[in-house]
Amino acid sequence: MKSCLIVDDSKVIRMVARKILQDLEFETVEAADGSEALDACKSQMPDAVLLDWNMPVMDGLEFLKEMRKLPGGEAPIVVFCTTENDLDHIQVAIEAGANEYIMKPFDSEIIQTKFAQAGLL
Amino acid sequence: MTPDDFDFISKLVNERSGLVLTPDKAYLLESRLMPVARKRGMKGLEELISAIRLRSEEDVIRDVTEAMTTNESFFFRDIKPFDIFREHTLPELLEACAGKKSFRVWCAAASSGQEPYSLAMVIKELGSQLDGWRYEIVGTDISTEILDKAKAGTYSQFEVQRGLPVQLLMKYFEKADDQWRISEDLRKMVQYKEFNLLEDPKALGTFDVVFCRNVLIYFDQPTKGQVLERMSALMPSHGKLFLGGAETVLGVTDKFKPISGQRGVYGVADATDAKPAPAPAAAGAQAAAS
Repeated sequence: MKSCLIVDDSKVIRMVARKILQDLEFETVEAADGSEALDACKSQMPDAVLLDWNMPVMDGLEFLKEMRKLPGGEAPIVVFCTTENDLDHIQVAIEAGANEYIMKPFDSEIIQTKFAQAGLL
Repeated sequence: MTPDDFDFISKLVNERSGLVLTPDKAYLLESRLMPVARKRGMKGLEELISAIRLRSEEDVIRDVTEAMTTNESFFFRDIKPFDIFREHTLPELLEACAGKKSFRVWCAAASSGQEPYSLAMVIKELGSQLDGWRYEIVGTDISTEILDKAKAGTYSQFEVQRGLPVQLLMKYFEKADDQWRISEDLRKMVQYKEFNLLEDPKALGTFDVVFCRNVLIYFDQPTKGQVLERMSALMPSHGKLFLGGAETVLGVTDKFKPISGQRGVYGVADATDAKPAPAPAAAGAQAAAS
Protein backbone atom coordinates (compact mmCIF):
# COMPACT_ATOMS: atom_id res chain seq x y z
CA MET A 1 0.00 0.00 0.00
CA LYS A 2 1.39 3.42 -0.97
CA SER A 3 1.43 6.22 1.57
CA CYS A 4 0.37 9.82 1.10
CA LEU A 5 1.07 12.72 3.43
CA ILE A 6 -1.77 15.25 3.34
CA VAL A 7 -0.63 18.75 4.28
CA ASP A 8 -3.30 21.41 4.71
CA ASP A 9 -4.23 23.79 7.51
CA SER A 10 -7.93 23.17 6.87
CA LYS A 11 -9.28 20.18 8.75
CA VAL A 12 -12.17 19.92 6.29
CA ILE A 13 -9.87 19.76 3.26
CA ARG A 14 -7.72 17.13 4.99
CA MET A 15 -10.81 15.07 5.67
CA VAL A 16 -12.09 15.28 2.07
CA ALA A 17 -8.63 14.45 0.71
CA ARG A 18 -8.23 11.58 3.16
CA LYS A 19 -11.51 10.03 2.06
CA ILE A 20 -10.59 10.28 -1.64
CA LEU A 21 -7.07 8.93 -1.13
CA GLN A 22 -8.24 6.05 1.03
CA ASP A 23 -10.66 5.10 -1.73
CA LEU A 24 -7.62 5.04 -4.04
CA GLU A 25 -6.01 2.69 -1.49
CA PHE A 26 -3.47 5.04 -0.02
CA GLU A 27 -2.39 4.91 3.58
CA THR A 28 -2.68 8.51 4.77
CA VAL A 29 -0.83 10.69 7.27
CA GLU A 30 -1.88 14.29 7.97
CA ALA A 31 -0.09 17.50 8.88
CA ALA A 32 -1.56 20.96 9.49
CA ASP A 33 1.46 22.97 8.30
CA GLY A 34 4.85 22.61 6.62
CA SER A 35 6.75 22.20 9.85
CA GLU A 36 4.56 19.32 11.05
CA ALA A 37 4.86 17.80 7.59
CA LEU A 38 8.65 18.01 7.74
CA ASP A 39 8.62 16.15 11.06
CA ALA A 40 6.40 13.48 9.52
CA CYS A 41 8.85 13.09 6.63
CA LYS A 42 11.78 12.79 9.01
CA SER A 43 10.13 9.91 10.82
CA GLN A 44 8.95 8.24 7.61
CA MET A 45 9.25 9.41 4.02
CA PRO A 46 5.87 9.03 2.22
CA ASP A 47 5.42 7.90 -1.40
CA ALA A 48 3.31 10.97 -2.18
CA VAL A 49 2.60 14.39 -0.68
CA LEU A 50 -0.60 16.35 -1.33
CA LEU A 51 0.50 19.85 -0.45
CA ASP A 52 -1.31 23.10 0.29
CA TRP A 53 0.59 26.33 -0.37
CA ASN A 54 -0.60 28.95 2.12
CA MET A 55 -0.32 27.72 5.69
CA PRO A 56 0.79 29.20 9.02
CA VAL A 57 4.21 28.41 10.58
CA MET A 58 5.75 27.03 7.36
CA ASP A 59 4.15 27.28 3.92
CA GLY A 60 4.05 24.55 1.31
CA LEU A 61 6.79 25.93 -0.91
CA GLU A 62 9.26 26.22 1.95
CA PHE A 63 8.37 22.71 3.13
CA LEU A 64 8.94 21.35 -0.38
CA LYS A 65 12.42 22.90 -0.61
CA GLU A 66 13.34 21.61 2.88
CA MET A 67 11.95 18.13 2.24
CA ARG A 68 13.91 17.75 -1.01
CA LYS A 69 17.10 18.34 1.01
CA LEU A 70 16.37 15.51 3.46
CA PRO A 71 17.91 12.05 2.98
CA GLY A 72 15.47 10.23 0.66
CA GLY A 73 13.62 13.51 0.15
CA GLU A 74 13.98 13.45 -3.62
CA ALA A 75 11.76 10.35 -3.83
CA PRO A 76 8.21 11.43 -2.91
CA ILE A 77 5.90 12.56 -5.70
CA VAL A 78 4.66 15.98 -4.62
CA VAL A 79 1.29 17.24 -5.82
CA PHE A 80 0.51 20.85 -4.92
CA CYS A 81 -3.13 21.44 -4.06
CA THR A 82 -3.86 25.13 -3.65
CA THR A 83 -6.16 28.03 -4.46
CA GLU A 84 -3.25 29.73 -6.24
CA ASN A 85 -4.34 29.26 -9.84
CA ASP A 86 -2.12 31.31 -12.12
CA LEU A 87 0.75 30.19 -14.33
CA ASP A 88 3.34 32.11 -12.29
CA HIS A 89 2.60 30.12 -9.14
CA ILE A 90 2.52 26.85 -11.08
CA GLN A 91 5.91 27.68 -12.58
CA VAL A 92 7.43 28.46 -9.16
CA ALA A 93 6.05 25.21 -7.70
CA ILE A 94 7.35 23.02 -10.52
CA GLU A 95 10.77 24.70 -10.42
CA ALA A 96 10.94 24.06 -6.68
CA GLY A 97 10.49 20.35 -7.34
CA ALA A 98 6.72 19.69 -7.38
CA ASN A 99 5.62 16.91 -9.74
CA GLU A 100 2.01 17.90 -10.27
CA TYR A 101 -0.31 20.76 -9.45
CA ILE A 102 -3.99 20.85 -8.49
CA MET A 103 -5.98 24.08 -8.36
CA LYS A 104 -8.71 24.12 -5.73
CA PRO A 105 -11.56 23.34 -5.68
CA PHE A 106 -10.90 19.71 -6.55
CA ASP A 107 -12.95 16.54 -6.67
CA SER A 108 -12.12 12.83 -6.60
CA GLU A 109 -11.69 12.68 -10.39
CA ILE A 110 -9.11 15.45 -10.42
CA ILE A 111 -7.09 13.77 -7.68
CA GLN A 112 -7.41 10.44 -9.43
CA THR A 113 -6.37 11.67 -12.90
CA LYS A 114 -3.54 13.81 -11.51
CA PHE A 115 -2.20 10.95 -9.39
CA ALA A 116 -2.44 8.63 -12.39
CA GLN A 117 -0.52 11.15 -14.55
CA ALA A 118 2.14 11.40 -11.84
CA GLY A 119 2.54 7.61 -11.93
CA LEU A 120 1.08 7.00 -8.47
CA LEU A 121 -1.82 4.75 -9.54
CA MET B 1 -28.80 24.43 -5.22
CA THR B 2 -30.05 22.90 -1.97
CA PRO B 3 -28.97 19.37 -0.94
CA ASP B 4 -32.61 18.39 -1.30
CA ASP B 5 -32.72 19.64 -4.92
CA PHE B 6 -29.50 17.80 -5.65
CA ASP B 7 -30.90 14.53 -4.28
CA PHE B 8 -34.06 15.01 -6.30
CA ILE B 9 -32.24 15.56 -9.60
CA SER B 10 -29.65 12.84 -9.06
CA LYS B 11 -32.40 10.32 -8.26
CA LEU B 12 -34.33 11.35 -11.34
CA VAL B 13 -31.30 11.10 -13.64
CA ASN B 14 -30.38 7.75 -12.12
CA GLU B 15 -33.87 6.35 -12.75
CA ARG B 16 -33.82 7.56 -16.33
CA SER B 17 -30.29 6.64 -17.36
CA GLY B 18 -28.53 4.61 -14.70
CA LEU B 19 -26.00 7.40 -14.27
CA VAL B 20 -24.81 7.78 -10.68
CA LEU B 21 -24.23 11.34 -9.44
CA THR B 22 -22.31 11.60 -6.17
CA PRO B 23 -22.50 14.83 -4.11
CA ASP B 24 -19.03 15.90 -5.28
CA LYS B 25 -20.63 16.32 -8.72
CA ALA B 26 -22.90 19.16 -7.58
CA TYR B 27 -20.82 21.66 -9.60
CA LEU B 28 -21.29 19.50 -12.71
CA LEU B 29 -25.02 19.42 -12.20
CA GLU B 30 -25.17 23.20 -11.99
CA SER B 31 -22.91 23.79 -14.96
CA ARG B 32 -24.83 21.32 -17.12
CA LEU B 33 -28.33 22.39 -16.14
CA MET B 34 -27.90 26.16 -16.36
CA PRO B 35 -27.86 26.03 -20.18
CA VAL B 36 -31.02 23.89 -20.12
CA ALA B 37 -32.74 26.49 -17.95
CA ARG B 38 -31.51 29.37 -20.10
CA LYS B 39 -32.65 27.69 -23.30
CA ARG B 40 -36.16 27.56 -21.88
CA GLY B 41 -36.06 31.20 -20.84
CA MET B 42 -36.02 30.28 -17.16
CA LYS B 43 -34.24 32.47 -14.66
CA GLY B 44 -32.31 29.73 -12.92
CA LEU B 45 -32.16 26.23 -11.60
CA GLU B 46 -34.95 26.82 -9.06
CA GLU B 47 -37.40 27.43 -11.85
CA LEU B 48 -36.14 24.42 -13.78
CA ILE B 49 -36.40 22.13 -10.78
CA SER B 50 -39.87 23.30 -9.84
CA ALA B 51 -41.02 22.69 -13.42
CA ILE B 52 -40.14 19.06 -12.85
CA ARG B 53 -41.20 18.82 -9.21
CA LEU B 54 -44.58 20.50 -9.56
CA ARG B 55 -45.56 19.71 -13.11
CA SER B 56 -43.42 16.68 -14.08
CA GLU B 57 -42.82 18.27 -17.47
CA GLU B 58 -41.62 15.35 -19.59
CA ASP B 59 -39.59 17.36 -22.12
CA VAL B 60 -37.77 19.17 -19.33
CA ILE B 61 -36.95 15.84 -17.70
CA ARG B 62 -35.62 14.54 -21.01
CA ASP B 63 -33.42 17.59 -21.55
CA VAL B 64 -32.05 17.33 -18.04
CA THR B 65 -31.24 13.64 -18.44
CA GLU B 66 -29.60 14.27 -21.79
CA ALA B 67 -27.53 17.14 -20.44
CA MET B 68 -26.29 14.99 -17.58
CA THR B 69 -25.50 11.86 -19.60
CA THR B 70 -23.52 13.56 -22.33
CA ASN B 71 -20.07 12.10 -21.96
CA GLU B 72 -17.79 14.35 -20.06
CA SER B 73 -14.58 14.48 -22.01
CA PHE B 74 -11.15 14.33 -20.40
CA PHE B 75 -7.77 15.28 -21.75
CA PHE B 76 -5.75 12.09 -22.29
CA ARG B 77 -8.75 10.03 -21.27
CA ASP B 78 -7.63 6.56 -20.10
CA ILE B 79 -3.95 7.59 -20.68
CA LYS B 80 -2.98 4.25 -22.28
CA PRO B 81 -4.29 4.87 -25.83
CA PHE B 82 -2.26 8.08 -25.97
CA ASP B 83 0.86 6.24 -24.76
CA ILE B 84 0.34 3.68 -27.53
CA PHE B 85 -0.24 6.48 -30.05
CA ARG B 86 3.01 8.15 -28.98
CA GLU B 87 5.17 5.04 -28.67
CA HIS B 88 3.89 2.82 -31.48
CA THR B 89 1.41 4.45 -33.83
CA LEU B 90 3.29 7.69 -34.56
CA PRO B 91 6.74 6.14 -35.19
CA GLU B 92 5.12 3.55 -37.51
CA LEU B 93 3.18 6.29 -39.22
CA LEU B 94 6.27 8.40 -39.84
CA GLU B 95 7.85 5.38 -41.48
CA ALA B 96 4.82 4.36 -43.54
CA CYS B 97 4.20 7.93 -44.73
CA ALA B 98 7.86 8.93 -45.19
CA GLY B 99 7.31 9.20 -48.96
CA LYS B 100 4.49 11.70 -48.98
CA LYS B 101 5.44 13.29 -45.63
CA SER B 102 1.87 13.80 -44.58
CA PHE B 103 -0.75 12.10 -42.45
CA ARG B 104 -4.29 12.65 -41.25
CA VAL B 105 -6.00 11.70 -38.01
CA TRP B 106 -9.77 11.54 -37.45
CA CYS B 107 -11.41 11.96 -34.06
CA ALA B 108 -14.87 10.61 -34.78
CA ALA B 109 -16.45 11.75 -31.51
CA ALA B 110 -14.54 14.95 -30.88
CA SER B 111 -17.05 16.33 -28.37
CA SER B 112 -15.65 19.45 -26.70
CA GLY B 113 -12.21 18.91 -28.19
CA GLN B 114 -10.19 17.28 -25.43
CA GLU B 115 -9.30 14.20 -27.46
CA PRO B 116 -8.20 15.96 -30.66
CA TYR B 117 -6.21 18.50 -28.65
CA SER B 118 -4.58 15.71 -26.62
CA LEU B 119 -3.48 14.10 -29.89
CA ALA B 120 -2.32 17.49 -31.16
CA MET B 121 -0.11 17.85 -28.06
CA VAL B 122 1.38 14.37 -28.51
CA ILE B 123 2.15 15.17 -32.16
CA LYS B 124 3.53 18.62 -31.30
CA GLU B 125 5.87 17.07 -28.73
CA LEU B 126 7.69 15.32 -31.60
CA GLY B 127 9.19 18.73 -32.33
CA SER B 128 11.70 18.92 -35.16
CA GLN B 129 11.01 15.32 -36.24
CA LEU B 130 8.01 16.74 -38.04
CA ASP B 131 9.86 19.48 -39.90
CA GLY B 132 8.67 19.42 -43.50
CA TRP B 133 5.63 17.28 -42.68
CA ARG B 134 2.01 18.17 -43.28
CA TYR B 135 -0.49 16.77 -40.85
CA GLU B 136 -4.08 17.35 -39.94
CA ILE B 137 -6.47 16.27 -37.23
CA VAL B 138 -10.14 16.28 -38.15
CA GLY B 139 -12.57 16.35 -35.25
CA THR B 140 -16.20 15.52 -35.96
CA ASP B 141 -19.27 15.41 -33.79
CA ILE B 142 -23.00 15.30 -34.31
CA SER B 143 -23.55 18.40 -32.15
CA THR B 144 -22.64 21.81 -33.56
CA GLU B 145 -23.02 23.30 -30.11
CA ILE B 146 -20.30 21.11 -28.63
CA LEU B 147 -18.08 21.73 -31.68
CA ASP B 148 -18.31 25.48 -31.08
CA LYS B 149 -16.81 24.86 -27.67
CA ALA B 150 -14.14 22.64 -29.19
CA LYS B 151 -13.25 25.33 -31.73
CA ALA B 152 -12.97 27.98 -29.05
CA GLY B 153 -10.55 25.72 -27.18
CA THR B 154 -11.51 27.35 -23.90
CA TYR B 155 -11.87 25.22 -20.80
CA SER B 156 -12.81 25.68 -17.17
CA GLN B 157 -10.36 25.11 -14.35
CA PHE B 158 -12.06 21.77 -13.68
CA GLU B 159 -11.70 20.65 -17.28
CA VAL B 160 -8.00 21.45 -17.62
CA GLN B 161 -7.28 19.41 -14.53
CA ARG B 162 -8.87 16.21 -15.76
CA GLY B 163 -6.03 14.19 -17.17
CA LEU B 164 -3.90 17.06 -18.44
CA PRO B 165 -0.38 16.92 -17.01
CA VAL B 166 0.59 20.27 -15.52
CA GLN B 167 3.68 20.52 -17.77
CA LEU B 168 1.41 20.47 -20.82
CA LEU B 169 -0.92 23.01 -19.22
CA MET B 170 2.04 25.33 -18.74
CA LYS B 171 3.29 24.78 -22.24
CA TYR B 172 0.13 24.92 -24.32
CA PHE B 173 -2.45 26.95 -22.40
CA GLU B 174 -2.91 30.55 -21.38
CA LYS B 175 -5.18 31.85 -18.71
CA ALA B 176 -8.02 34.16 -19.70
CA ASP B 177 -9.96 35.31 -16.65
CA ASP B 178 -11.33 32.14 -15.03
CA GLN B 179 -10.85 30.08 -18.17
CA TRP B 180 -7.89 28.38 -19.83
CA ARG B 181 -7.38 28.72 -23.55
CA ILE B 182 -5.36 26.31 -25.67
CA SER B 183 -2.67 27.96 -27.80
CA GLU B 184 -3.47 29.09 -31.31
CA ASP B 185 -0.79 26.78 -32.64
CA LEU B 186 -2.71 23.76 -31.40
CA ARG B 187 -6.10 25.12 -32.35
CA LYS B 188 -4.85 25.44 -35.92
CA MET B 189 -3.85 21.76 -35.99
CA VAL B 190 -7.46 20.62 -35.63
CA GLN B 191 -10.26 21.12 -38.11
CA TYR B 192 -13.79 20.62 -36.79
CA LYS B 193 -16.71 19.43 -38.87
CA GLU B 194 -20.25 18.48 -38.04
CA PHE B 195 -20.78 14.84 -38.96
CA ASN B 196 -23.21 12.07 -38.01
CA LEU B 197 -21.54 8.66 -37.81
CA LEU B 198 -24.62 7.06 -39.30
CA GLU B 199 -23.84 8.82 -42.59
CA ASP B 200 -21.19 7.93 -45.17
CA PRO B 201 -17.87 9.58 -44.22
CA LYS B 202 -16.40 9.44 -47.75
CA ALA B 203 -16.40 13.23 -48.14
CA LEU B 204 -14.06 13.57 -45.14
CA GLY B 205 -11.17 12.09 -47.11
CA THR B 206 -8.72 9.37 -46.08
CA PHE B 207 -7.25 8.81 -42.63
CA ASP B 208 -4.13 7.07 -41.37
CA VAL B 209 -5.44 6.95 -37.80
CA VAL B 210 -9.01 6.97 -36.51
CA PHE B 211 -10.00 7.55 -32.89
CA CYS B 212 -13.56 6.37 -32.37
CA ARG B 213 -13.77 5.85 -28.65
CA ASN B 214 -16.80 5.37 -26.45
CA VAL B 215 -19.33 6.09 -29.16
CA LEU B 216 -20.03 2.68 -30.74
CA ILE B 217 -21.42 1.51 -27.39
CA TYR B 218 -24.52 3.59 -28.12
CA PHE B 219 -25.22 1.74 -31.41
CA ASP B 220 -26.74 -1.67 -32.08
CA GLN B 221 -24.65 -4.45 -33.61
CA PRO B 222 -25.51 -3.97 -37.34
CA THR B 223 -24.94 -0.21 -37.05
CA LYS B 224 -21.57 -0.76 -35.37
CA GLY B 225 -20.60 -3.03 -38.26
CA GLN B 226 -21.68 -0.52 -40.86
CA VAL B 227 -19.86 2.40 -39.21
CA LEU B 228 -16.63 0.39 -38.93
CA GLU B 229 -16.83 -0.87 -42.50
CA ARG B 230 -17.21 2.64 -43.86
CA MET B 231 -14.26 3.75 -41.77
CA SER B 232 -12.07 0.93 -43.05
CA ALA B 233 -12.79 2.07 -46.61
CA LEU B 234 -11.11 5.41 -45.80
CA MET B 235 -7.97 3.87 -44.36
CA PRO B 236 -4.75 2.65 -46.05
CA SER B 237 -3.30 -0.75 -45.17
CA HIS B 238 -1.12 0.76 -42.40
CA GLY B 239 -4.19 2.47 -40.87
CA LYS B 240 -4.91 2.17 -37.16
CA LEU B 241 -8.25 2.34 -35.38
CA PHE B 242 -8.57 3.18 -31.68
CA LEU B 243 -11.71 2.07 -29.86
CA GLY B 244 -12.87 2.63 -26.27
CA GLY B 245 -12.10 0.25 -23.43
CA ALA B 246 -15.50 -1.47 -23.60
CA GLU B 247 -15.55 -1.77 -27.40
CA THR B 248 -14.20 -4.34 -29.86
CA VAL B 249 -14.34 -5.28 -33.55
CA LEU B 250 -14.60 -8.99 -32.71
CA GLY B 251 -17.93 -10.33 -33.85
CA VAL B 252 -18.80 -6.95 -35.39
CA THR B 253 -16.69 -6.73 -38.54
CA ASP B 254 -13.77 -8.55 -40.19
CA LYS B 255 -12.42 -5.33 -41.74
CA PHE B 256 -10.20 -4.73 -38.69
CA LYS B 257 -7.98 -7.03 -36.64
CA PRO B 258 -6.72 -6.58 -33.08
CA ILE B 259 -3.06 -5.69 -32.68
CA SER B 260 -1.42 -7.84 -30.04
CA GLY B 261 0.07 -5.96 -27.13
CA GLN B 262 -1.89 -2.79 -28.00
CA ARG B 263 -5.23 -2.97 -26.24
CA GLY B 264 -8.04 -1.15 -28.00
CA VAL B 265 -6.03 -0.66 -31.22
CA TYR B 266 -6.96 -2.37 -34.47
CA GLY B 267 -5.21 -2.65 -37.81
CA VAL B 268 -6.87 -2.73 -41.21
CA ALA B 269 -7.39 -6.37 -42.20
CA ASP B 270 -6.03 -7.43 -45.60
CA ALA B 271 -7.57 -10.03 -47.93
CA THR B 272 -5.93 -12.98 -46.15
CA ASP B 273 -7.38 -11.84 -42.82
CA ALA B 274 -10.87 -11.88 -44.25
CA LYS B 275 -10.95 -15.70 -44.27
CA PRO B 276 -12.97 -17.15 -41.40
CA ALA B 277 -10.73 -17.05 -38.37
CA PRO B 278 -10.49 -19.97 -35.93
CA ALA B 279 -12.95 -19.64 -33.07
CA PRO B 280 -11.60 -17.17 -30.50
CA ALA B 281 -10.63 -18.76 -27.21
CA ALA B 282 -12.19 -16.20 -24.90
CA ALA B 283 -15.75 -16.96 -23.88
CA GLY B 284 -16.69 -13.29 -24.11
CA ALA B 285 -15.46 -13.00 -27.67
CA GLN B 286 -17.41 -16.10 -28.66
CA ALA B 287 -20.55 -14.71 -27.15
CA ALA B 288 -20.03 -11.46 -29.03
CA ALA B 289 -19.48 -13.32 -32.29
CA SER B 290 -22.57 -15.49 -32.01
